[in-house]
Amino acid sequence: MVSLNIDGKQLSVDKSCTIMDAASKLGITVPNLCHNPDLSTFGGCRLCLVEVEGNPRPLAACATLVQEGMQVKSSTPYLERLRSTNVELLLSDHPNDCMLCERAGNCKLQELAYYYGIRENRFEGTRRTYDKQDNNPFVSREMEKCVMCGQCVRICEEIQGARAIDFSYKGLWTKVTPPFEKDLDCEFCGQCVGVCPTGALTGKMWSNKGRQKFREVDTVCSYCGCGCNLTLAVKKNQIVRVYSRKNTINEGMLCAKGRFAYEFVHSPDRLSRPLIRVNPKSNWVLEDTHDSGGPGKQVQRSPALQDFKEVSWDEALEYIAFKIREIKESSGPDAIGGLSSARCTNEENYLFQKFIRAVIGTNNIDHCARY
Amino acid sequence: MRDKELIVKVCSGTGSVSAGGAEVLQAFENLGSSYGIETGFKNGCRTQKVGCRGFCSRDVLVDVILDGEKITYEGIKPDMVPRIFEEHIIQGRPVLEWVAGDEHKKFHSGQTKVVLSLCGEIDPEELDAYVAAGGYETSLKAYTQLSPEEIIEGIKRSNLRGRGGAGFPAGHKWEFARKTRSDKKYVICNGNESDPGAFADRCIMEGDPHSIIEGMMICARAIGADKGYIYVRDSYALAVKRLRRALEQCYEQGLLGKNLFDSGLDLDIRLYPAPGAFICGEATALLKVIEGKRAMPVPRMHRTAEKGLWERPTIVNNAETLANVPRIMSRGAEWFAGLGTETSGGTKVFSLTGKVKNTGLVEIPLGMTLREIIHDIGGGISNGKSFKAVQLGGPTGGCIPESFLDHQVDYESLALAGTIMGSGGMVVFDQDTCMVDTSKFFLEITQAESCGKCTPCRIGIRRMYEILDRITKGKGRLWDIELLEELGTHIRTTSLCGFGMTAPNPVLSTIRHFRDEYAVHIKDKKCPALVCKDLLSFSCIQENCTGCGMCKKVCPADAIRGIRKKPHKIDQQLCIKCGSCIDACKFGAIHIE
Ligand SMILES: Cc1cc2nc3c(=O)[nH]c(=O)nc-3n(C[C@H](O)[C@H](O)[C@H](O)COP(=O)(O)O)c2cc1C
Ligand code: SF4
Ligand code: SF4
Ligand code: SF4
Repeated sequence: MVSLNIDGKQLSVDKSCTIMDAASKLGITVPNLCHNPDLSTFGGCRLCLVEVEGNPRPLAACATLVQEGMQVKSSTPYLERLRSTNVELLLSDHPNDCMLCERAGNCKLQELAYYYGIRENRFEGTRRTYDKQDNNPFVSREMEKCVMCGQCVRICEEIQGARAIDFSYKGLWTKVTPPFEKDLDCEFCGQCVGVCPTGALTGKMWSNKGRQKFREVDTVCSYCGCGCNLTLAVKKNQIVRVYSRKNTINEGMLCAKGRFAYEFVHSPDRLSRPLIRVNPKSNWVLEDTHDSGGPGKQVQRSPALQDFKEVSWDEALEYIAFKIREIKESSGPDAIGGLSSARCTNEENYLFQKFIRAVIGTNNIDHCARY
Repeated sequence: MRDKELIVKVCSGTGSVSAGGAEVLQAFENLGSSYGIETGFKNGCRTQKVGCRGFCSRDVLVDVILDGEKITYEGIKPDMVPRIFEEHIIQGRPVLEWVAGDEHKKFHSGQTKVVLSLCGEIDPEELDAYVAAGGYETSLKAYTQLSPEEIIEGIKRSNLRGRGGAGFPAGHKWEFARKTRSDKKYVICNGNESDPGAFADRCIMEGDPHSIIEGMMICARAIGADKGYIYVRDSYALAVKRLRRALEQCYEQGLLGKNLFDSGLDLDIRLYPAPGAFICGEATALLKVIEGKRAMPVPRMHRTAEKGLWERPTIVNNAETLANVPRIMSRGAEWFAGLGTETSGGTKVFSLTGKVKNTGLVEIPLGMTLREIIHDIGGGISNGKSFKAVQLGGPTGGCIPESFLDHQVDYESLALAGTIMGSGGMVVFDQDTCMVDTSKFFLEITQAESCGKCTPCRIGIRRMYEILDRITKGKGRLWDIELLEELGTHIRTTSLCGFGMTAPNPVLSTIRHFRDEYAVHIKDKKCPALVCKDLLSFSCIQENCTGCGMCKKVCPADAIRGIRKKPHKIDQQLCIKCGSCIDACKFGAIHIE
């Protein structure tokens, strides 16, 4: 353990801590754009500079390990001046497009500009502009707004393991791009979108659907058994985007399905009541998708709605019980098998296998992630 | 003539090859065989290519050593070879008019060749030549007789400091790596040579690659490494070729690989030719490149000597630093320390360029004054002009005026004068240089070379460049000097790596030493050195003009008006300031200000 003093408050932390870690233990926030405790140290934004007694230069809190007896000041007029100059520099190379930006109101850069009251800018000059838009379906990339915090690059490599993007070019023209500036073609997990502090990376699906005043609904992802926690941003009873909070079992990380595949919720095709088949299965036909001469693929036409009858839950369950009993009596319990789902809870899965084993009396029970 | 010993040495560095060195060597070889002289390394008579000998402004340099008597020729072209052969080698009468003159003597007499002592003397492509000059004796000693601690102690006592720029004491660095326990350690030679104006490392890699390899072997022994990389920019094609050859020869002779000198220790050294952006020379960025990532410096939370390549203890040393090591080991730490100042031992190689008479590579003992280097070795300013400033340390170094010329060259004194040693670039400016334009030139390089990681460097340097640009275009604002100073200091203070910390140097140092020049550009919209085109105005001095009309003929913009035999006038609106009229006017009637 190492004891140090930050802004007059004494504390002891492990020697592997940075000044930033130690400060956060005291509830002191040091301004930054590129720090992310889940990712490797970057040290690029140069906003977290702090004064450490005995050091002539200010040090980056995120990239300096604590030392015994350190005397740290996290905010002085000198430091604030350095920080505000860096924000000023960032804004001198920024579209300042907050009016239309998806992230307005929830943008770390905007917040910093507001905090430092930067309206006039002493620095003006070339600003990066890019005309080409990326054509991928999920991630909107407006790289003029990028502040080069590198979080997207790091999360893609270090957590997602996809390495789909990295820095290209040098100097002012440094830019985060997929290889050879092609369109993004990756896992589309949107992890990069999740960490971007500015409007450089946003979800294409949620553009122009509102920026604030969402009703936030915490829920669990229904796709797989991991059970990632989601927060649905709901407006007019419609999900307009999905994200996840840091303090969840999935630590705010999501995959492509959890983050982007939420349109099914409002799909008109979604089943919302039980259906009982009235016309037999033999009506199904194999349909040929082959249209323009190429070798077609034969797919099963989905059963048409007129083959089914809408019923109440009681009716449906009664019908199922009747059918199961009939099969069990005529062909024995082993003629029946149960397949459960990773999208059910553990309790539901437990009950289901119990039901198959104890009530039906067969061991024919499985699950996509195995029992 | 057959019974005499004859050696012809032809400079074959990159500079010399582009001046025709290879053809000169070929011409000597052809003539030799037509006279029936058998050449070869073991033979008494031989022609050989040697590394750069520094005096690049007089390439191609040829030494003819007849029975131990050496005559150096300068500026030799292939068609001059037959005469040298006929008169000097056959008849024994040197061709006096081509013999290198006083400048050559002066250029060399002030220098102390330590790290360059074999450059230009031995054939860099022959291991035997290096061994004949005492090579690999010290590594043998290091692997068989000395303990790692003894080696490190020696390097510490020699006061050898890193030649890559920061001047960190090499012995201390090695000690950190020695003391860190690890399953694997690395030694890396930094041959990136970021500074576009420097060529010392290149010349050592081309002219004496084995010294670098031997230095790495000794370092590996000292810290306990069994793997090394030589990182060299791939645009240094000749250096890559010679290093590759040198490594192959070492493997063939068992000097590298398994069980070196029967010590039971292994060492594998790989060549790592890579694209050499400026930032690739920064040690942490260089390590990232070897790890297969983008060259971006990382914050130094640990010393690289303790946690470097793949998180293992790693020594990154500059090529010149490493090439010094065998010399120290063979001639002694005290001798080396005695060459320099109290704080830095040995010599430093500078790449002397710009407006001096003698340009080239110069190796001087640390502690020499700038005046001695520029005026004695460099022969003073060319074309009878006067000295204005010298830029040290490349595009991220600073400019020093006349008043600092008597300062010693060492790490501390240069820092006081507002510049850095860097990798030994030394560009001399004469009175015709505009300091604002010069710093703009350097910032144009650095703004494009920033790795883009941190805000102040990526955007700030670009903004400084833009401010300088507007000053040189007559659009400077009254507060621009103060803004440049504030921004420059800001970038220096807040940047992550040494690049951003030094990149504002050209501007800050020129403002410090030549502030008036900036003020004149901004307030009077004039460039005193007549360099910044947009601030110049061309006019015709009515009294001198004879109306000959020559200027009118050459003006590409059709900006000159006048009737024959009557004084002419220049239309300021149309003039594109190309300067053609000045050259054309025989009467000195065109005036610029
Ligand atoms: C921007 C930048 C560029 C550098 N370029 C080089 C270089 O080209 N060659 C070099 O040896 N060191 C270079 N260095 C210094 C290295 O980071 C490192 O300090 C050096 O290689 C260590 O070797 P030394 O102790 O022998 O000098 C550079 C540093 C910076 C900040
Ligand atoms: S969407 Fe996921 S895989 Fe694609 S770039 Fe972003 S983080 Fe990488
Ligand atoms: S795109 Fe966003 S997350 Fe990525 S570097 Fe730029 S600002 Fe950071
Ligand atoms: S100071 Fe410049 S070169 Fe160094 S890390 Fe920052 S942006 Fe890159």
